[in-house]
Amino acid sequence: MNWPHKDLIGIADLEAEEITTIFDLAPNFKEISRRDIKKVPTLRGKTVVLIFYEASTRTRLSFEIAAKRLSADTVAISQTGSAFQKGETMMDAAKNIMAMMPDCIVMRYPYAGMLPRLAKELPCSVINAGDGYHEHPTQALLDMYSMREHFGALKGLNVVMVGDIMHSRVARSNVYGLKKMGARVTLVGPKTLMPPGIESWGAAVSTEFDPVIPDADVIMMLRIQKERIAEHLFPGDREYSSFYGLGKARVAMMKKDAVIMHPGPMNRGVEINSDAADSKRAIILDQVENGVAIRMALMYLCLGGSNVD
Amino acid sequence: MWIKGGRVIDPATKKDAVADIEIEGGIIKDIRQSAKAAKKSECIDATGKWIIPGLIDMHVHFREPGFEYKEDILSGSMAAAAGGITTAVCMANTRPVNDNPSVTGHIMKKVSDAGIIRVLPVGAATKNMEGRELSEMGLMKKAGIVAVSDDGNPIESAAMMRRAMQYASTFGLILMSHCQDRTLSGKGVMNEGRLSSRLGLPGIPNIAEDVMVARDIMISAELGIPVHITHVSTHGSISAVRDAKKSGVPVTCDVTPHNLLLTEERVRTYDTNAKMYPPLRSEADRQALIDCLKNGTVDCIATDHAPHAKDEKDLDFDLAPFGVTGLQTLLPAILKLHYDCRIPLMNILAMVTINPARILGIEGGRIDKGGRADIAIVDPKAEWTLTEDMLVSKSKNSPFIGWKFKGRVTTTIAAGKVVYKA
Repeated sequence: MNWPHKDLIGIADLEAEEITTIFDLAPNFKEISRRDIKKVPTLRGKTVVLIFYEASTRTRLSFEIAAKRLSADTVAISQTGSAFQKGETMMDAAKNIMAMMPDCIVMRYPYAGMLPRLAKELPCSVINAGDGYHEHPTQALLDMYSMREHFGALKGLNVVMVGDIMHSRVARSNVYGLKKMGARVTLVGPKTLMPPGIESWGAAVSTEFDPVIPDADVIMMLRIQKERIAEHLFPGDREYSSFYGLGKARVAMMKKDAVIMHPGPMNRGVEINSDAADSKRAIILDQVENGVAIRMALMYLCLGGSNVD
Repeated sequence: MWIKGGRVIDPATKKDAVADIEIEGGIIKDIRQSAKAAKKSECIDATGKWIIPGLIDMHVHFREPGFEYKEDILSGSMAAAAGGITTAVCMANTRPVNDNPSVTGHIMKKVSDAGIIRVLPVGAATKNMEGRELSEMGLMKKAGIVAVSDDGNPIESAAMMRRAMQYASTFGLILMSHCQDRTLSGKGVMNEGRLSSRLGLPGIPNIAEDVMVARDIMISAELGIPVHITHVSTHGSISAVRDAKKSGVPVTCDVTPHNLLLTEERVRTYDTNAKMYPPLRSEADRQALIDCLKNGTVDCIATDHAPHAKDEKDLDFDLAPFGVTGLQTLLPAILKLHYDCRIPLMNILAMVTINPARILGIEGGRIDKGGRADIAIVDPKAEWTLTEDMLVSKSKNSPFIGWKFKGRVTTTIAAGKVVYKA
């Protein structure tokens, strides 16, 4: 496999064919996770360092499990708060880690701009596990893969994303990716949660949720963070969920074969109600399962692994 | 001292001719055509060069007292001299803040110890630049300040702004207003727009500047008291200044070279040397500023020279401090605008010489018999590339490193003394 990228910083950097390559590999890796012995020697002897400077459970776990199933050795560093807020310290820290010769650094970081810099400076693979408001490419890949798995293709699919578009790296990466793959995207939310220049993203934009529901093949609810209420970007949970929350009534408006997605963790009762989250239409747990497979495929490609079986 | 054979270009007197200049006792004694130099007198051959008034940069941060690791009055003066600047007007956000005559006196003493160029301090408009109580403007004026400003800490209360303008004008001081509504600029670190969304950086909308410019203009109009809007960066605020001037409001403004030559595109690589307040704006904003350079709305070009140490700037874009250096790139930037935008040399030179002198009510900014011998000699043909090594300032955070320029200062004379020679 000739994979041209050492790193994955953003979906914006990938071509449609490359995204397809990842997707085409994913079923092999998914199958490994379903085996009794969930391990292949593909990345044996490789070291993957997981650096999470922002709280995250599922993404970190997903990457760690993915690396371990490929037989890579993993080391995880968690750091929240201010210790590593200085960029220079970050660069120093990265160089120190580099001196221990890892093959891959998976990193979540609270600010945009550091990941591309690290990728340029460091000889190992750098995979973005979410940076600031910038991108979260593996999340978008697993989201898109889950859609493709369900519908067979992404082209022509009508995807509606609802919520805090402005602060969502998941939304950005998904818009870039879905557009490349020929899907249509509609972004829904109050104007205070829409980023400036959103009209240039090439997605449809709506402040009203209900009218776009009947045409949607996929409805992806985004997590609402409590701090946005503190910033007075919307008045509170009650109003938010009445206009932008997905509950029983809105699920009833959906097309028969449409699906519900959520990148997690969910705020039940805010952006999504249990009626929706636990319904048969929800493929939220498929997303989680596919996350491991997608991350395995990606590490396999970036680290130049061999011997998939 | 004689400067011989150069082309004297002076916007104040509209002089543009080859002439010799005789300097004695810190003042210009005579300007004549091909005069004979006295035998023992020092003579500078300026054949093929331009002789312009020493530049006045009405907005710099020399960081002393308090932040000498970034810059001090001596290093700032040397960088200014290397840029042909003979008068630098330094802002009050030192530690302690220059909000009382003892701090002003300390600065004046350091300036005289450095003995390089004229550095004129700006006093804070309010105590500790907190926007609550008026500072001792009168006593500071006696100690040497030439203007007042809470630059960097915009005066939030309209009532306090109105009072500060009134009180400052009592002592003939102009208020230089940094227009930024912080409730609108928020946590922003670059211009708000498509690119900020794309890069995942919090944005600063134009309106954060525009609303406060509009407010200050209205207060100035009501009081009939001049106000100077510093570092205008948006099409909205420059249009407001233009319209206000047309209707007779005594408002003046300056623009920075980086806002005239760069756009937000410069942020694309997350280079913190492109992080400053106001931020680099869109191309449409830049064009509006250039239009207003041409039509006379812009009075001055000032660098907002804001040195920061390398390890401070080497942070994440979100966390790095705002500000870039500019003293040594002021003249090259102006010449670039002259060539690229076809702005007459006289007009653009006026913005860094006589115009700031008039607004601040200070001497200088002109080449005239009996006036201060503040002069920059420029080789207009020199083509060069700016490297970090060339920067004299203690801090090297210039957004223009790697740029090619045409025209370079070869000699700077301040109060009759050669303070820089290339």
